[in-house]
Amino acid sequence: MIIYVVIFSILAVLLVASALFAIIQKDLLYAVIATGVISLILSVMFFILQAPDVALTEAAIGIALTTIVFVITIRNTTRNEDEKEINSK
Amino acid sequence: MKNIIVIALLLVVGFYLVDSFNYIKFGDNRLGAPSDEKTVGAYYLNNTVEKTGVANVITAIIVNYRGFDTLGEVTVLFLATTGLGSILYRRRKEGEHEERVTKESSYLLQTGSKILFPFVILLGIYVFIHGHLTPGGGFQGGAIVATGFLLMLIAYKNFKLGHNQLTWVESLAGITFVSIGMWGLITGGTFLENSFIPKGTLNSLFSGGIIPIIYIAVGFKVAAELTGVLDILLSIKPSKIKK
Repeated sequence: MIIYVVIFSILAVLLVASALFAIIQKDLLYAVIATGVISLILSVMFFILQAPDVALTEAAIGIALTTIVFVITIRNTTRNEDEKEINSK
Repeated sequence: MKNIIVIALLLVVGFYLVDSFNYIKFGDNRLGAPSDEKTVGAYYLNNTVEKTGVANVITAIIVNYRGFDTLGEVTVLFLATTGLGSILYRRRKEGEHEERVTKESSYLLQTGSKILFPFVILLGIYVFIHGHLTPGGGFQGGAIVATGFLLMLIAYKNFKLGHNQLTWVESLAGITFVSIGMWGLITGGTFLENSFIPKGTLNSLFSGGIIPIIYIAVGFKVAAELTGVLDILLSIKPSKIKK
């Protein structure tokens, strides 16, 4: 039982770290990949918490579809979060 | 005249709000431990398997007890797809080529997608057909099927999806859901009541009456909607937006 607590704590730390990375990062493609990592960790956490239905939903929609939709949006707009460029327009 | 109707409607809504808050005491625990017989959670855990014949209690709650909510969720997804399509869809001129990606994708991606595509579709269909036995169901299976189509869409420039066929699949699935619900209303007395298909033996593929049929319909509907969203998003040209 204690092994689950240890795994869960490590996953929680990783989750917060990747969320912070997604906020700080200026390159939006890296930020989107970090949000995908958040979904991946979250789905493992749901599985440990004995909610396999929610884990499957998070894996299918959070990791695959949401990331892809954001990547397509970045391809169609700009990749870098540059404040000067936004202000000058 | 209009004001009188508004006041009457507000009175009806207010009456039911006050009535329901009187019925449930303030701070009353309605979702307690399974051993406490009075709570809603205990009712589901103790009676679902016997009443619906479905092994996965979560599926029974989503499709049968809360089936009306599921219908609403699917409708919200349909509205989102329609809104996105109406904003982004561009009618092509005569003779204009339909190009999805700007560059030809690599040979590795094309071969890999061709090999993976049938297996991804098979996994998605497995997930929503076995929704009443194993974790997963219509929404998850539909999303996995849409991921399979996404692979083909990004790998092959000329892979075309018929929007008419997608609309047909989606509409037929929606009609199936609503007509099964209405048939329950006619024969049994409540929406989505199972009174015409036998429950079968527990834990087998053909069990649970209407629940697997509805989840398969939801799976087709979600798959068609999400595939349509991805196709619309991928068919915008980047150069059109950037300038």
